[in-house]
Parts: sequence; C-alpha cells; structure tokens
Amino acid sequence: MSERVTFVLDGHEVTAEPGETIWQVAKRAGTKIPHLCYKDDPEYRADGNCRACMVEIAGERTLAASCVRKPDEGMVVNTGGERVETNRRVVFDLLASDMPARDTSPDPDADFWAQAELAGLDAPRFPASRPGAGGEIPVDSLFHDASHPSIAVNLDACISCGLCVRACREVQVNDVIAMGSRGTGALPAFDMDDPMGLSTCVACGECVQACPTGALMEKTLLNENATRREVYADRTVNSVCPFCGVGCQTEIHVKDGRIAKVDGRRGPANRGKLCVKGRFGFDYVLSPERLTKPLVRRDDAPKRGDATLSFATLDQVFREATWEEAMARATQGFQSILDSDGSQALAGFGSAKGTNEEAYLFQKLIRQGFGTNNVDHCTRLCHASSVAALMEGVGSGAVSAPFTAADDAEVILIIGARPEQNHPVAATYFKQAAKRGAKLIVMDPRRQRLMRHASHPVVFKPGRDVALLNSMLNVIIEENLYDAEYVAKYVDGFEALREKVKDFTPEAMVELSGVNAEYVREIARVFASAKASIIFWGMGVSQHVHGTDNARCLIALSVITGQVGRPGTGLHPLRGQNNVQGASDAGLIPMFYPNYQSVEADAIRTRYEDVWGRSLDPATGLTVVEILQAIHAGQIRGMYVMGENPAMSDPDQTHARAALAKLDHLVVQDIFLTETAWHADVILPASSQAEKTGTYTNSNRQVQIGRPAIAPPGEARQDWELITDLANRLGLGWEYTSVSDVYAEMAEMMPSLNNISWDRIEREDVVTYPAAAPDAPGQDVIFEAGFPTENGRARIVPADLLPPDEMPDDEYPLVLTTGRMLEHWHTGAMTRRSRALSAQEPVPVVAMHPRDIGEMGFERGQMVEVQTRRGAISLTLRADRDVTPGMLFIPFCFDEAPANVLTNPHLDPFGKIPEFKFSAARIKPAGSGAA
Amino acid sequence: MAEPDRTKSQRRDASLPKGRQVDEAAVAEVAMMLGDMARRRDMLIEALHVIQDTIGALHARHLAALAELFRLSQAEVYEVASFYHHFDIVKEGEDAPAPLTVRICDGLSCEMAGARALIEKLQATTDARRVRIQPVPCIGRCANAPAAQVGQRAVDHATEQAIIEASLAADEPDIPDYETLAAYRSVQGYRVLGRLLSGELSAQDALETMSDAGLRGLGGAGFPAGRKWGIVREFEGPRLMTVNGDEGEPGTFKDRFWLESSPHRMLEGALIAAHVVGCERIYVYMRDEYPAALEILRREISALEEAGLLSTPIELRRGAGAYICGEESAMIESIEGKRGLPRHRPPYIAEKGLFGRPTLNHNIETLSWVPDILKHGAKWFADQGSSGRPGLRSYSVSGRVKNPGVKLAPAGITLEQLVTSFCGGMAEGHEMKAFLPGGASGGIFPASMAHMPLDFGEFEPLGGLIGSHAVVVLSQADSVRAATLNTMRFFAHESCGQCTPCRAGTEKLAKLLEQPDPPLMEELVSVMADSSICGLGQAAGNCVLHLMKYFPEELG
Repeated sequence: MSERVTFVLDGHEVTAEPGETIWQVAKRAGTKIPHLCYKDDPEYRADGNCRACMVEIAGERTLAASCVRKPDEGMVVNTGGERVETNRRVVFDLLASDMPARDTSPDPDADFWAQAELAGLDAPRFPASRPGAGGEIPVDSLFHDASHPSIAVNLDACISCGLCVRACREVQVNDVIAMGSRGTGALPAFDMDDPMGLSTCVACGECVQACPTGALMEKTLLNENATRREVYADRTVNSVCPFCGVGCQTEIHVKDGRIAKVDGRRGPANRGKLCVKGRFGFDYVLSPERLTKPLVRRDDAPKRGDATLSFATLDQVFREATWEEAMARATQGFQSILDSDGSQALAGFGSAKGTNEEAYLFQKLIRQGFGTNNVDHCTRLCHASSVAALMEGVGSGAVSAPFTAADDAEVILIIGARPEQNHPVAATYFKQAAKRGAKLIVMDPRRQRLMRHASHPVVFKPGRDVALLNSMLNVIIEENLYDAEYVAKYVDGFEALREKVKDFTPEAMVELSGVNAEYVREIARVFASAKASIIFWGMGVSQHVHGTDNARCLIALSVITGQVGRPGTGLHPLRGQNNVQGASDAGLIPMFYPNYQSVEADAIRTRYEDVWGRSLDPATGLTVVEILQAIHAGQIRGMYVMGENPAMSDPDQTHARAALAKLDHLVVQDIFLTETAWHADVILPASSQAEKTGTYTNSNRQVQIGRPAIAPPGEARQDWELITDLANRLGLGWEYTSVSDVYAEMAEMMPSLNNISWDRIEREDVVTYPAAAPDAPGQDVIFEAGFPTENGRARIVPADLLPPDEMPDDEYPLVLTTGRMLEHWHTGAMTRRSRALSAQEPVPVVAMHPRDIGEMGFERGQMVEVQTRRGAISLTLRADRDVTPGMLFIPFCFDEAPANVLTNPHLDPFGKIPEFKFSAARIKPAGSGAA
Repeated sequence: MAEPDRTKSQRRDASLPKGRQVDEAAVAEVAMMLGDMARRRDMLIEALHVIQDTIGALHARHLAALAELFRLSQAEVYEVASFYHHFDIVKEGEDAPAPLTVRICDGLSCEMAGARALIEKLQATTDARRVRIQPVPCIGRCANAPAAQVGQRAVDHATEQAIIEASLAADEPDIPDYETLAAYRSVQGYRVLGRLLSGELSAQDALETMSDAGLRGLGGAGFPAGRKWGIVREFEGPRLMTVNGDEGEPGTFKDRFWLESSPHRMLEGALIAAHVVGCERIYVYMRDEYPAALEILRREISALEEAGLLSTPIELRRGAGAYICGEESAMIESIEGKRGLPRHRPPYIAEKGLFGRPTLNHNIETLSWVPDILKHGAKWFADQGSSGRPGLRSYSVSGRVKNPGVKLAPAGITLEQLVTSFCGGMAEGHEMKAFLPGGASGGIFPASMAHMPLDFGEFEPLGGLIGSHAVVVLSQADSVRAATLNTMRFFAHESCGQCTPCRAGTEKLAKLLEQPDPPLMEELVSVMADSSICGLGQAAGNCVLHLMKYFPEELG
C-alpha cells in the first residue's frame, strides 16, 4: 500500500501513487472513465456497485471496477475496447430503461446524463419495470415523496448507486438513509421507509448534492409537483455560509438575481459539506419582510418596553424617510447627546454576523467618533468567559487547533456543546472519528444524538461542571497521569492546582455531579493517557456564573496532560456565529483595540490616538449587559446597534427591552425589523451577507472571503458604507473607497493578519492565521512550543465550587436551560424568516422528559406557561427524552415566546456573561391563572 | 393510522422531536426478549430473530427500541431487517402477518412437481388472516418435491391435505434420527481431533494429507481445501473460521443430508481445520430454511461443550432467508449483522474476511470429509474417484428420475451412470431431455451431453458449472424455457441489488424470456458475466445462453 506501482494503462506505462485506484490514475493520464456511484471527492468512499467504470485487466476472467481496484505492479489495464465499451453502454442502458426520459426527468442536467453520453448510450432498449420509465413521472408514482419541505424525492430516477447512503451515513454521519430491501427493491429509504418529511432527517442535503440523477433534489429547482426541474441558474458565486462559526464555503447558484440553491464547496472547514441552514436557509434574504427603505419613528409613536410590532403593523410606529433625512436624524441624535452628556452617554453594539471590515469600522466609529469604549457584541453572551479564561491561561482567546484536528485525535472530549445542532458540519468530524475508533467523550446535562456515537456518554447534573472536571483533574494528578515533563517546561501554577483539587475525588463529587466515580476515573485515564486528546466546548460551559471557572478547568486538563500544541490535541471553544472570532479579533469589545490590545495600555492607546487623530477613552468600556444596566441608570442615552438583537438575546428580556425603550436615541441598522428595531428612532436598511463583500473568521482562525451573490433589495445599502457615512457626518473624514481599503487598514493594525493580504484572501478564498510568510499556509495548530504569554508558559488558575446563582426550590422546582435548535440560529431574525427552516421548526416549544410530562399530568402538544422570577411565557409542550427529568429546555429564537424573558441576568465575574444555562423555573397549563 | 401522504410537505408534529420516537415500553419489551444477549452489532440478526420468533413480526416500535439498545440508528436496523425474507416488518397502522406461515417451494424441481398449482389452490382456499401462503425459493427438499414448510415443520410431497395436517401439529421441527455425539464417538469419532490436539498428528502432516487427498471445496467453487488451509495459515492472526451452511442453490440438499444424518463429521472437521489453520473461533452460518439442522447443531454443539471437546469455540448463526448469503463474503457480512452484500475482491477473505481478519471458510460437506481423510489417508480418499478424479461426492439429484436423493458417488461420474446406477433410471414414462448439472447457476444442457463427467472444469468451457453438484433432470414433459424462466425469477428475487448488471439484468432477463429478443439477451448475459460483482450475477444468465444455443425451438 505504501509503495508506488508501475503498470500499463492503455499501452502506456504509468505510475500509481500509494493507494491510488485505476480510475484516479486514468484521470491523471487524461482518460475519462464514466462513473456514477463513484464521486470524485475524497470524502466519498468508492463503492464499485454501478459498474459504469469497468476496465479490462489482462489475465482476469471478468472486468474490474476501476474506482475500487488498485493496480498491481506490472498489471496491464485497458480502459477501452469493444468488450469494455459494450459493458459500460449496457450498464447505462439497463439503468436508463427504468428512468424517466431525460427531458422529463427531475434533472436533465444531472451527471447521469453526461456520463451516459460519455458511455455512448443511445435510446434505452430494455423492457421497463417502472411506470413512467422512458416518459414522465406519473402523478401517482409510488416512488415520489414530496413530504419534506426542502427536498423532493423521485426514486423513479433512482439508480440505487448508494451515494445518498454514503452521504448520509459516512460523510455527514446522520444515519437516516438506509438502503432498504434487496434486488430491484433496493432503494434508499428514510429511517424505516418513512416519508422523508416525517423522518429523523436533519436536511443537511448532502444526499441531494451527491445524487447523480436528480432523484433527490432541492424543491427550489423543481416544478409545482416537485417532479421536474424548471429552474436553471445563470451564474454561480463562490462565497461562505452566513450562519455559524464553522465557516462552510458555499457555491451560490443565482437565477434572475435570486438565489436558487446553495451547494457546499470544498473549504478546509467543511470539505464540501453543509447543514440545513447553509443549504436551505438562504431564503431569508428573499423574505418580503426585508427592510428596503429608511424608517424614522413617527412623532405620535412613543416608545414602550412592552411594545410588540410586526412587519405588517410597522407603519403605526414608523414612517419611510429619505436616506438624507434618516442619516441626518441618526447623526443629529448622537451629536446632541455628545454635546450635552459627553462620550460616556453613548454606546454601540456591533455584530458577529457582519464582516471583519464592518466590525473594524464599527468599533472605530464608536471609539473615534463617539469617543468611548462602550462597544461590545454578542460574544459577551457566548464565549466571553471562555475567552477570559483563555487570555488569562494561555495568552490567546482563539482556538489552538481547528475542529478538523479531530481527524488526528485518539480521544475527543466534548462538553457543554451540541455540535449536531449548533455546529453540524464540525460534528461530522467528531462522528467520523468515532467511527474510525477514536474515543468520544460527550459530557452534557442533556442527552443528545451524538451520545450514540460516544464511547463515553456522560450525563451530569446541570451547573456542576467544576465538580466533574476537578474530579478528573484529581484523578490525573493523584494517579500520576499528568505529563510532568510538559508541566515543568510550559506550565505555571501546577502545585496550587494539586492542592486545590486534592479533596475533589470522584467519590466525593458523586453527590454533586451525579456521575459514577469509577466512570470518572476511567474517563480521566482515557483522556490523560491517549497519544492525542482534544477538547471542544460550547455555551454549556461558558454561559454560567462560573463559566470562566469551567473553562479554567478545561485549560488545566489540557495543559497538565500536555494535550495541546500537537496534531490531534488542543483547546477549541466552538464559536457560535460566522464571525464572532473575527469581530472579537477586530476589537469589537470594550476592553480591547483590534488584536486584543488593551485600551488601558498607554503605549497602545497612544498609537491609536496617533493614527485616528484624537484622544481616546483611556478606560475599559461597558459590556453588553452592563450597557443595558447603564441605560436604566440614566448614564447611557444613545445607542447605535448594527445587526444585533439585544431585545431577544439578552437575559431578563423585559428589563432589557425597557432599557432600549428608555434610550433617547437609538439607531438600528439591520436587514429586518428586529425586536430591537421596535424601539428605534431611526432604522437603516442594510445588506444581507449574500449581498456584500468582506472577510469572515471562523472558529478555526480561518479568514475567508464572502462575495455578493445578489443585490440588496430596494434602497438598502451596504453596511460599511452606512458606518462610513455616519462617521463622516460626525466629521471623521474617512476616505475608504472599497472594502479592501478597510481590510488594508485593519491588517496594518493587526499583527495576526501579517502575510495575509486582501489579494491573497481573494486569490486563495481562505487563509488561516497566523501565517509565517505570504506564500506559507497558515498554522492550524498553535502553541507548539509554549504559549503567547509574557513568560511563554501557561498559567493554571484553579477553580472553586460555585453553585448556580439560582438553585431550584419549592417555588421554582425545575431547572430551565436555553439554547438553539438545529434550524434556528441565534435570535431567529434570519432563520425564522426562512420558509425552509421555519417549515421544520415553526412554533415555540418547551421540551421536557416524557416521564415528567406524564407524572405532572400534562400532555405533549398542549400549551403551557413557563415561569421564573423574571417573567412567564406560553408555548407548546414537547416531549423529548434528551431532556433529563427535572429539566426544561427552551430555544431562545421565538419572538412570540422569548426564552430570555425567563433567564437570569446574573453575570460571571470575569467574562461578564449571564447564566443562560440555569434558571429555577416552574410550569403550568397555559391560561390557568396565577400559579 | 393510514400511511401519511407523501405528495406534499408534511407539517411535523411540534410536540415531538423529529422522526419516530423511541417508546420506553417497547424498549423494556425488547430488552426482556433479548435477555442477556450481547448488544453488539454482529448480534443484530440474531436479535431480529428473537423478536420475530417471539412476536411473529417486527413492529416498527420494537425495531426503534432495538436500535436504541444496540446504539444504532433506525435506518441501520431497518435496512438489515428489510434485506432478509424471513423478517416481517410491520409499520404503524399496518396489519401483522397471519400467525402461521406456510412456505411452499417454487424452485425448479418443486415447480416441475406441481408446486404452482398447489400454491394457487391453497391461496384460494386459505383464510389469509389465519394462514399466510408464501411461495419461496428452494428449501432444499427437492428429492421430495413439491415440498413445503409449515411453520418450522417440513412437509415432503406436499398436498393440501398434508399441509393442513401439519398446520394442526405443534410448531416444531421434526428431528430425524441422526448420529449423536455418543454414537459418533463409539466409531472413533473425534479421535483425529484428539491426535491433533495431543500432538500425535502434527498440523503440518494434516495439512499435507489434505493437500494430497485432492479434496475440493464442495460449496461450488471447487477450490482445493488443503491449499486454502495453507494460504489462510500464512496470514498473520488472529484468524477466524466460518462454516457456510447456507446451502441455497436450487436443487441442492446434500449439506442438509449430512447435517441431519451425521453432524459430527462436519463439527470434527471444523475443529480440525480451525486447529490446523490456527483460527480462534468458528462461526457456523446455517440457513434458516433448515430448522431441524439448526436444532441438531444447537444440541450437538452444547453436547460437545459439555464433553469438553470444543477445542475451538463455535458460534451458531442463523441466516434469515437470503440465497446470496451462500456467497462467502455476503455470508461474512451477514455474520457481522449486516445486509448480505458480496464484497469486492481483492482483498480475498483469506486475507481480510470476518471482522477484517484472515478467514478460513468451508462448506458443510467439505468439512465432513476431513475426519475420514485424516483417518484413512489421502490415498484412501483419492482412490474412490473415477477416471483419475479423486474422492467421493454427494450429488443432489432431483427431477424426473426414479429415485431422487443424495447420491454418494465417485467424483467424475457421468449423468448417464448416475441415473442408471444410483437413481434407478428415469422416472416411469419420462425420457431425459435436458439437465442442470449445478443447480440454477450451472446452466442447462441437452440429454445428449449426459455422457460428460460431472466434475469441476467440464462444463465451464461450455458456459456452465458443476457448482454444488445439484443435478436436476428434465424430461419431455418439461419446458426448458419455463425452467430457465424459473431460474431467472429466482435470481431476480435473490439478487442483493448491489450491482447494476445483476440487479437490473436478472429482472430484465426474466422479462425478455417472456418476449424473447435473442441478440439483446446474449449481449446482456455477457455483460452480467463480465461485470457483476459476484457469482450470482455472473452465472445467472447461463441457462439463458443454453436455452438459445441448445433449445432455440423453444423460443418460438
């Protein structure tokens, strides 16, 4: 296997690289061999079943499938000749004989037909066995399944090649598609041959992208019956997905200025894959609710914190304005507060969904134009505590290794994260690793599908991360499983840790963590003794009053075992938004200029003062929740909010909305009338991600370029132009003429972007930072020899036991936790306006274990009211075995039942992140009066 | 509950997560049924049997529960269950099958004996809610055609009356008289194994004797057994052994004969082979159509264990109604708990077989000869052949002969001799018209070729094969075209569906046999032979070629 092989291909001597198949060598040699079940993509295993790629090997009785067959030394192979050609042609003939005619098939452009031409197929000659073969798919076809909102199934065109099965099972590892039955009945089936729309399908659409015949197709391309293609794109644009922090590269197909479909492109983070949001959720940009004209508040519409508004009733509160009027009003509002109350009366929330360039400009505007560091964004609500712990412990807030490092890991520990919902494409690498035998430890208070793949599923008590993690540290230290050499070389604070965790034996922690002590010992041993262990975590770790402590424990686990800085090791907080890494890097946080340069450091500030030409605020600004508190306190009177939705995302929402309504001047720049915009004085219609140019930095530190696929609707304008316009109206004299100008200035201020020019990103589509030279690939794994701290060593900060802020009691006996759903992203501003996504998760739900539902006398599907000390919301009760008894789970994306009315605003002292993951709650039937 | 409408988008039930939910009561029921069975992937088919046997069907809620217990997805369980004919999946809202299933063989020999009329009659007269009449492929009782299986009870020379009587009896297999462990040991059984284990007989000597004896693989491939041992032994361990008891080639019933008469010959042979080759564990894969043989093996394997004779652990695995699992790599997939799809070669199973390990696989009859050969020597065995072909063979003879059955005859005997000397001649009033030397796969030849030796290598040049030595004799009363169509429907029914030439080819050939297009048929048969992944598709067209070549008048 590990040697090159020389053999004869069509009379010429050729050399195969180790592991190469005959098909691959032939392709290199310029010989096209037809193929159907083989996808020329390294993510797909060759299966050799369709027999379209047969070749003749001298001395062998039968022909061989070139996609699976590897050449032997001296083998003589013919890819042509009558025997081979007859075989291929007959294979296509057999398949086509049972398919609809090309013109009337689901996809006349499908690869099947191109391959059939290559194989020389004429008209099919065999007697057909399916109704409609050779013609049109019958309306009552048994092979037709349109039950899924986004995907049409027309197995009339299926050739049983199994690419969809491999797509679902091996590439995405969602395990929904079966190859059912046998013989001519061997056809793809969902779960137990259930209608696709009622199956466990998560609609990643990998099967659609893989299908060579159009038997599985995007409904957006098909006619009303979902049987025939009627939409053909007129161009494609290479871009990047607008949703989560995975950063999947996309190919956007555009027809008549509208997005027709999205395919995955082979980027380093996604390798061609997408999830339901990236593939089908693009239609939010086409929503009729897009803002197309500037709006200003009507004089007769006073602000109210409890106001609710819909797109349809918008004109009760706002009226359309010209851009000149809107921009003038926006500017005057800020100017007059500046004049009367000074810089500290203003604040801004930028966006983790915008580009790096927008983030840079936004923080620059707030600092240079408003003169304050009161600028923050939703990272505060996501990973602020992780970043605080990482900065303190290892000197950098970014990941030490990409999630694709799971490929090289022996042990993968995932805690407080549900990557199958929130980072679906990253989850594929974890599942693939588990399939190849890596040990997967999944720790979470809720069960999840991913636990099926785990060697060590761990369901622990909510809020007890430190008890669990400290007991693992205890085992590793007491049993001498730590890497003493590594600790001596690179780690400070080990003795203090040893002292601190001495009493945290797994046995002593059982009561708190709820995890069997011997199991904890086993997991600790497995993690510490593996050749390569890597840690991934999410908001389940960070969104606690002890979020920073949780992350400190994970850092300690990693550094005392030396499981960092090598392939397959590291620390990776899974970033939630497409550009939360980049926005933080670009300085969209109150304590740092770009690249985490402290605003309090005189030398740094002086440098910025020189470049920006004015004196700057020398003190750290306020964070997200603090800004809302400062509004209530009367300290902050004006805000500029771009692409953020604090009215939905912030804890204790009633209080948050009251703050927004209290502002004297609120300018909201967005693509939709968000719940935050309800409270605005001026609304600036902006551009969606599909309409703009710019760079985004994903969870892996990969800087990628997004390109505009369509034009903004109506009078909507580019965000960077709006920020610049506002800046210039405030007299800042900015002279950017393009996004690349902004990037150039930003990169100038950010050593992390050294060697990564705009031209390079445009050329390569993606560059990982840091990069050592303009032509050197970026560094995936960092901390190879020490850490970017002052002394080059990691610093352990031992963590104490701190209970959740609000423990359940007699009055509020349940634990409420919040989070996302697969289909809905963040506050739902985008995804709930996607028909494709809303069709799958249309209504607000609270999930509860069916046993609890039964014991408490409820019935699933009924309306219930969930109450906490902050408020109450009504929503549908969902029975979900993933939720452990005694818990409730509510996604926070539904404006009609906003979970953040209920959540606890109490903050982690270091990261200033609220405890979204733990509130004491109670539940009762809706409309039954006070509990 | 009616099957949901698939023609338009379904609004999903917001009160539940996506898809079918696992019912905790069903989980408890399945857990109870499975008892202490290991929840391991390779036990999946065994687990499905337990549920099917207990409840009489596989209800979707039990399959979902089983998936959870085995930590598999519903799709992974469904695709395995739906692959095998002996499993009845019942979705929500569907009716469970009738409590009793009568399987009537519609294989060639049984069809010649009137199975079709019997099936139609029973289907017309039986209450489908009480009894399910199911035509099934060959159940290995061709000498007693037409044959049926009423529940677990076999009915030979089946009539409506006999089937009704059987349906009233207890649902358990009739166990024939067979040589028990004690009886086998009383005639020096397990002596050879004992000599091997004690070192009195060296593994090397045993291997050489086997090679010299010229015993060939009697599952159909004819690969020299001794050479196979040598090859597998060369691959680095741990090694495994499989015993292929999935005798399914229509017309073949000799393995059943050996198991139902003298099971310990095979068992000792297997233990010897495992010892010589160094295999850690033996998996015996038995077809589910042989409930008596399965019961005998269960009894005798535990008897061996009690007697302390199990020098290598033996696991008995039950097929579930799939001819393709007689193909060795498909059988291995099935033992691993998967759909029985043949694998690509290379790699061969000798190098990478069961669970990816080097695997020695043997047929029942092949192993049954091993103790005798090592007891009496290579020459003893070789000398029993005829015209220089070593050894004895068990020919399964059925069709229009006077005394059909398993005939122990010298290798290389001609059909003429076999019929005359072993079968008492042709049946009354029948004259030989044609014959199939190797079941449905071996092609069909005119009576004029009955002088050819029935051995490996003779029929291959003519596009046929001897295979498992399943000889079916046709007379002037039979249509070769009908016989060919019978085999083609069988192959279409049994194709695993993996590769295009076989999946679509068998189905198209069956259609073309009804409306013949000889040039197209010939082209298709040659593509199936060239491009199918395994022997099923490669050989499926043999009879068609012979029909066109030797019996063109029947194509009309």
